[in-house]
This record gives sequence, C-alpha cells and structure tokens, in this order.
Amino acid sequence: MTGTGIGAPVRRKEDQRFITGQGRYTDDLARPGQTHAAFVRSPHAHARIRSIDTSAASAMPGVVAILTGDDLAADKIGGLICGWMIHSKDGTPMKAGPHPALAQGKVRYVGDHVAVVIAETFAQARDAAERVEVDYEPLAAVVDTAKAKGAGAVVHDEAPDNLVYEWHLGEKDATEAAFARAAHVTRLDITNNRLIPNPIETRAAIGEYDAGTGGYTLWTTSQNPHVARLVLSAFIGIAPEHQLRVIAPDVGGGFGSKIFIYAEETVCVWAAKKVGRPVKWTSDRTEAFLADAHGRDHVTHAELAVDENAKIIGLRVHTTANLGAYLSTFSSSVPTYLYAPLLSGQYDIPAIYAEVDGVYTNTAPVDAYRGAGRPEATYVVERLVEVTARQLGMDPAKFRKKNYIKRFPHQTPVIMNYDVGDYAASLEKAMEIADVKGFGKRKRESAKRGKLRGLGYSSYIEACGIAPSQAVGSLGAGVGLWESAEVRVNPTGSIEVLTGSHSHGQGHETTFAQLVSDRLGVSIDTVNIVHGDTDKVQFGMGTYGSRSGAVGMSAITKAIDKVIAKGKKVAAYALEASEGDIEFADGRFKVAGTDRSLAFGEVALQAYVAHKFSGQDLEPGLKEGAFYDPTNFTFPAGVHICEVEIDPDTGITKIERFTAVDDFGVVINPMIVEGQVHGGIAQGVGQALMEGAIYDESGQLVTASYQDYQMPRAGDLPSFQVGMTSTPCPSNPLGIKGCGEAGAIAAPPAVINAVTDAIGHEEIAMPATPQAVWRAVQRARPAMAAE
Amino acid sequence: MYAFDYHKPTSLRQAASMLAKAEDAKILAGGHTLLPTMKQRLAAPSSLIDLGALAELQGIERKGRSVVVGAMTTHAAVASSDVVREAIPGLAEMAEMIGDPAVRTRGTIGGSVANNDPAADYPAACLALAATITTNKRKIEADDFFRGMFDTALEEGEIITKVSFPVPAKAAYAKFRNPASRYALAGVFVAKRGSEIRVAVTGAGADGVFRWTAAEEALKTRFSAKSLAGMAADASMMNSDIHADAEYRAHLVGVMARRAVEAATTR
Repeated sequence: MTGTGIGAPVRRKEDQRFITGQGRYTDDLARPGQTHAAFVRSPHAHARIRSIDTSAASAMPGVVAILTGDDLAADKIGGLICGWMIHSKDGTPMKAGPHPALAQGKVRYVGDHVAVVIAETFAQARDAAERVEVDYEPLAAVVDTAKAKGAGAVVHDEAPDNLVYEWHLGEKDATEAAFARAAHVTRLDITNNRLIPNPIETRAAIGEYDAGTGGYTLWTTSQNPHVARLVLSAFIGIAPEHQLRVIAPDVGGGFGSKIFIYAEETVCVWAAKKVGRPVKWTSDRTEAFLADAHGRDHVTHAELAVDENAKIIGLRVHTTANLGAYLSTFSSSVPTYLYAPLLSGQYDIPAIYAEVDGVYTNTAPVDAYRGAGRPEATYVVERLVEVTARQLGMDPAKFRKKNYIKRFPHQTPVIMNYDVGDYAASLEKAMEIADVKGFGKRKRESAKRGKLRGLGYSSYIEACGIAPSQAVGSLGAGVGLWESAEVRVNPTGSIEVLTGSHSHGQGHETTFAQLVSDRLGVSIDTVNIVHGDTDKVQFGMGTYGSRSGAVGMSAITKAIDKVIAKGKKVAAYALEASEGDIEFADGRFKVAGTDRSLAFGEVALQAYVAHKFSGQDLEPGLKEGAFYDPTNFTFPAGVHICEVEIDPDTGITKIERFTAVDDFGVVINPMIVEGQVHGGIAQGVGQALMEGAIYDESGQLVTASYQDYQMPRAGDLPSFQVGMTSTPCPSNPLGIKGCGEAGAIAAPPAVINAVTDAIGHEEIAMPATPQAVWRAVQRARPAMAAE
Repeated sequence: MYAFDYHKPTSLRQAASMLAKAEDAKILAGGHTLLPTMKQRLAAPSSLIDLGALAELQGIERKGRSVVVGAMTTHAAVASSDVVREAIPGLAEMAEMIGDPAVRTRGTIGGSVANNDPAADYPAACLALAATITTNKRKIEADDFFRGMFDTALEEGEIITKVSFPVPAKAAYAKFRNPASRYALAGVFVAKRGSEIRVAVTGAGADGVFRWTAAEEALKTRFSAKSLAGMAADASMMNSDIHADAEYRAHLVGVMARRAVEAATTR
C-alpha cells in the first residue's frame, strides 16, 4: 500500500496550481502576432439577411479582416454537425437544417453568428464589429417549446412543422393495456426548465496556421479535443487530422457545454490561415448566456398506472423537447436515448411507452448539460411516484420500496439492463441520516413559527460511462464511446499516463494517479497525467456522462496490466528466473518463493538499458497502450432527501436539510466524489428553485446576465449530509459507476417533492422562485392571503 | 468600454469647474453602477471626474440632532460607524445590507443618492428619515429630491457634498432581495420622529422610491406592526418584472413594512 491508492481521500494534486493562479487556460495564452476576433451577432431571433456592409467597419483602426458566411462558403468550409442520427417512429431520418458557422442568408436566434471582425486588439475588433451594417428583414419568431410544432414561423425549411423528429421508445400496446386495467392513474404536466450552463471559465479559442508545415493548431476550451479535431477535420473540412492539432489546456468547468463543436472555434482556426496570423477569441459572459448551448427545456405529460395493490404497472410519457435553432453536436440524443431509457427509474415497471417530439425554435441550441436527459427522466419518474403515493395515501418511502427492483440483472422495457444495485439499502441509510422519524416534530415546530415544512424524496438512477460502442452505434451515434490510455514508464521509474479523458474540474490528475499508485505501488508524486492534446494522446472520446472513471480509468487499468506483464518479462531476465515465477506485488517484482526481487523502478531501468536481454527476445522499453470499450452502461443510483421550510409571507424556500446517499460502486477518492456530489446538488437545487432561462415572445433572452439569471450561491445551500452505499459495478475492472452528475439528476425532484409537501398541492413548476411559491401558497390557503 | 478621459480633482471647486467645462462628463463616486454600464457599452461618457480625493466629502459626524454623512463616505464606513450605530442603528443596518462587501467598500452614499436607482436602498432611508441633501450649490429636502426612477432634483453641474439625517426615535429597514441581482425587490424604511411617521419604499414602485402614506396613516394610531396587518401597497403603482409582478411586490411591501416596524419597535 502506498497510502495514495484506491479509496484514499487524497488532496487534489492540481489544486495548488489552480488556487494560486498558476493554471493555464486558453485565455491565458498569447501566440506571437496574434489577432483578436469579435463576432457580429444577430439582435433578432429570426430574420433574413438582406445585405452585410463591411465598408465602414473595414476602415476602422486596426482591422485585419472581416469575414462572413459567404467567405466560409467560398472556402467550402462545411457546417456544424449533429453527430447522432435519430429516426422518427415512421422510420424517416430526423429533419436537420444546415448549421453554418457564420450565417448564410438567415439568422435564427439572438446571438447567432453573422460575421467576424479580426483586428490587432480586442477593443478594436469590438469597435469595428459595431460598425458592420447588417440589413435584416425580421421574421416572426417561434420561442415556446409547447407551441413550436406547426407554428406559423418556420425555423428551417427542411422541417416545415418545426419538427425535427417524432421519436418513440417502448411498447405502446402493452402500456395501453396496463393503463386499461389500472386501479389508479396519476397524471402530471411537467415542465423541465431551460438552463444556462455558466461554467466559471467562458469559452475561448486560438487558431493558428503554420504556413511552413501547412498545419493548424487550435487551442480551445473543449471537454473532448479529439472529437473536436475529428469533426473539424472530417465534417467541417478545416484540414486532415494529421494537419490539425487540438489542445484543450486547463479548462474551467464545462458541465457539458464544452463538449460541442461551436461556430467560434471553427471560425478562429479557419480564419488563422486567411489572415496569416493566430486568431484569438474569448467569450464574454453575455455571449456565454446567448450562445453556449443551453440545457433541458422539456414540456411533458406523464402518467403512471398502479394496480389495486399499489404496484406500478405502466408508465406513459409524451415529451416535447426544445432543440433550439440548430442541432448542436449531440443535441438529438439527449431527449431521446439519454432520456427515455431512464424512465423505469429504480422501479419494476413492466410496460413503458415514451414519445418525444424534438422541435426547432428561435432560441439558442439546446444540448447536453450535467445529467443530459437523465435529470429530465428522473424528474418525471420521481414526481409521478411521489404524487402517486400521496394520492394513494401511502408513505412515499414505502411506496417506493414496494416498487423497487430487487433482483439483478434487470431488463427494463426501455433498453437498459441494470446490472446491480441495492436501492432499499440507500433508502434506509438516507432516511436514517435525514432523521425522517423526527420530521413530524420539526414540522410542528415550524408551524408554531408560521412556517411550512416539507420533506421530499428522490430515488434516482442514471446510466453512466456511456457506453458500449456497438450499442450506441446501433442507436444512431456517429462515434464509438470507448476510451484509450497509454502508460509510459520512464527509465527512472516515473510514469506518464496519457488519457483520452479530459479533466476540466474533475481532479483526474489526482484520481488517475491514485489508480497507478495503487496498481504499481509507486507514489502519486511520480505520476503525471497527460491529457487534452491531440499531438500527445493518440485518440480519446473525452469527458462527459460521468465516464472518465468507469471507461477512462478502465483503459488505464488495461494498459497498467500490460505494463506489469511486460515488467515480469524484464524482471525474469534481470533476476535470471523464468517469467512464470515472477510475481508482482506492492511495487516489487519478486521471484516466487525467494527473497530475490526488484523494485518497479529498477525493472523500468532494466527495460531501458536492456543489458540483460537481447532485443531480439524482448523489445526494450516499458510503454503500453490500451483501448477499453465498456460492456454495459454503469448504473449509479441512490436516494436523496430534501427538507425545506417555506416562509408563506414571502414565498422564500429555505433548504433546511439535504441528505444524499449514493451507490457509486467502488470509489477511488471519497473526498473528490463528495465534492462532485456537492456540486451536483448545488446545480440541482439551482434548477429546482432558482435557474430558468426566459425568452420573451420576440425571442430576446430576458435572463442574459446574473442580474436576472439566478445561480445558486453557497448561502442558499445547507451543509449537505452525504453517505454512501456500494454495490461494485460488474462491467468494468475497477467496479466504478460514476459520480459526476448524480447530484444534478437527483436533487430537483427531491426539492420539488419537499416544496409540494410543504404547500400541500402539486401545482408548482421549476424554478420554484419565491414568487412562484408565494402564489402556490395563496392557491392552497386563500384564507391566508394576508399575514 | 469606450475610451474616456479620467480626472481626479483635489478640491470641490476644481471638481465643479471640471464638470462645467467637460462635455458629457460623469462623476465617479464609487462607480458600482456606472462602471458596469460602461463596460457593457451602455454608457459612454467622454470624461469621468473621480471625487475620491476630496477630503471635504468624507466622514461622518454628529451635529446636534442630526447625523451628517459626507457624500463620498462608503457604505461600509456607514455600516461600521459608531456614530451612526448609536444615533440611527437602522441606517447602519441598511448600509450593511447593500450589495456585497466589494460594493460596500467602494460604493458611496452620494453616488447612490444621485443615481436614484429604483432598487437602491439609500433613497428609501433618505426619504423615511427626512434627510437633507446638501450640494455645492444648495440644500434639498429628500421629499423634493427624488423625482422618479433615475431622476433627481440635481441640476447640471451640481455635486452632492453631504447628506444630513435628523435622528429619529425609532427607525429600521427591511428588504426583500431580488433573488438574482440581490437588489431590493421591496425595501421598506420606517422612521418615527416625534409625531411624524414616514414609510419609504424602494425597489417596488413603478416610478422609483415613494412614501407609502396609507401605512404612515395607519401607524399614526399606533406605531406597531399590528397596525399594518393585512395591508398591501397599491398594486397599480408597482413595478412588474420576471422576478415579481405588481401584486406580489405590493404584498411584499406590506410584509417588509411590518417587519421593519417590528424591528424598529423591538430594538
């Protein structure tokens, strides 16, 4: 044991760098001779571009170039792509309109990219951008998710009803039969509010072209630089992959919003050749609000059928999902394959049928945001289950327990095959930590002070580590979802691990090193994690969907196993023993049954000097690579319990207690995992009580700054009570399930179930702002309209 | 931000002369409203005249029955002032509730009062405490000073030098914050001095800070939260936005008024 192995709460190696300002983010970089880009963005939600006059802007000081969609077209630069093909229930492929990086003829949302001004300084670029004269012919806009289908305004001619697809999953007939024989049916209309991601580091890019080699380099704020290179190369046509290097250095949070390949980085790398100098762009916060891909935005009607014994027998869902004005990189998959397959939740539901209409609107593109589809599914299931228990007059915990899946593996009616879990264990532990028994007393005490107290559960499941490549390929994904790793042992025994995962806050430099420390018996200080550079790491799928542990670390494990196997061969020569007699344990290669052994570092040196073996028998060096393709999703699950107190006079909801008990399987670093849980809950509470993107009828984003878009602050949150249970995941070598999104998935229904418990009815939507809660209280108790 | 000229006068006279000479100049008195607006390119003054070096605009003192606060005194200084805490604790508490620590250490009373943001706190304090605003040219009663949102009695070239607060018998401020910006969504300052009772409301009104006369009348019978039971402001006079519509704001004015009276009477 090294003390820094699997399970040790090691402090994050990278934090010294980050908290002392030594991180190197894209915006920290300055390339020799770099120019600065400012984008001219549409002030209209929907308009035809009659003309663009750049003459006044071109004459402004410092202007190097002004480029428009015509220039992109002339260079045959392709549009941005959506990498997941969804077919409608009638078998037709989704109806996707073009997505040029700079508008060609039409703009489709406020913030859409019309032109780029490149100048010597950023201020000059911005000054000149204001002088670009765009003659717009404004068109009627469609904004409302529920009204998009068949609206008068058509976002893309390719989708005349604004319908991208009408998709479905599950068994319609079996589900209808279940509802026909139901003893009770619960019906809910649910809105899953639109969120704006708000990573602390806004997006940024620097494109550079080397006229000598013909190669391009793009520094960008990406969660998956190899995928960015693949798309920029194979689909957009910037340059072949070997002539395009993508580097994602330190990245300050993403929450999904930095998975996608956006217009701005595409333009920067393309323009770098045109102007012959590096081109840099850094998003300001307003641009981030307007043009980062947003999350969620569903309108759903959901029904749950139970029999006379309070056993769930069917679930039926119709969802309209707002995809925004263009299909972002993975947008099509989020409300379909990342959503409906989770509608079984933790419950044994024999019949499920889900229909999802994906619609275009004149709003920013919507794509994956922390949880991506699974928070939406969990919110539907956990609201239905809670309300059903209330309508049946049953204790919500007992109703859940009764309907939990208890035997594994469990095949749901919606694709997923749950491998392992113990849902009741998490429920019991959470109830104990949350002191559910004492809730009645606390509620009475609140009532004495004129306050309303409520308690809500959320029994969530998610599917992480996406996923077997064969499976996602059959569902329409344009990529495989494996991961790669390379373990390079240096002659002195220190180690570089190259990974296709990308760390943008997750602490990989620590957890991945802990795995190496655990397996090779070396200190984490001798391990360096290398990621985020396509010239260093051969290929990788990046970090999202809580996949870096389950998939990325599994690849590293495979590579480490190969290093150990090679090390045994080297040790056999060095120790003059047969390979079969070499054992590796606690960082030493040992001849079994003897005291003859070599430390890991000594074997590394032997591998490189190769004095003891001929290169004909065994190749020198100690470096191994591996690709790991998972055999299944992983299924983290748990129970979160929220307790709120509402001030009926103001509508303010205070979270008094928040308990989270999660089953993440094997945990590498409990401190980092707990941090992930905290952050996820904060975002989930944000969605439930505070955050909501609002467009007005004309398509202007009303919540385009922190003046109007409320993010959760530390003071809005209690000290979380976090516990864990563990059923190791059987489908990867480490038993890891993934923890990055759990809080954001679990928290919203826990909070809303607590709020509705407190106010005594179900008529409230997220975000349950003070105004919304006050109104809901008024509806519940008209007699209490005044204090 | 567009380019501008920056001036830092060392006397009030010099500041006034710079203000008179420069075309389209703005006074910088903390800048926590002005600078963000300039950064967003929504304001583009040709010059900024920074009053930060004017010692004569600094400081807090007790003068007879009033507390006099220099225009460039920061919110943090008011919040922590022993003079204010002893004479008008409600005013110190209000200053402590403004913005966040960064705002409180840079923002000034003069800047806040001159800007008359409809969601700023100081206008309510000035109105409820019947403050007198002194400029380089004259004295203006609070009742005459605030003329609707972002509008004051200040004339071209006029610089606030100090604000004088008569010491009340009882006073307190209660604020419901906008959940996103944390500005006042409904802030109510109540004050009782002799038989005079004043209730001033910020953040809620459709045209900025105002005196809630119905509440003042009700409190004349008895200065107690109970006197305001069930009362709400006139919703037709209220602002309405995504955070709070007029009805909710009108209700919150009632709640905050009761809480302010409660605080003032239990001190």
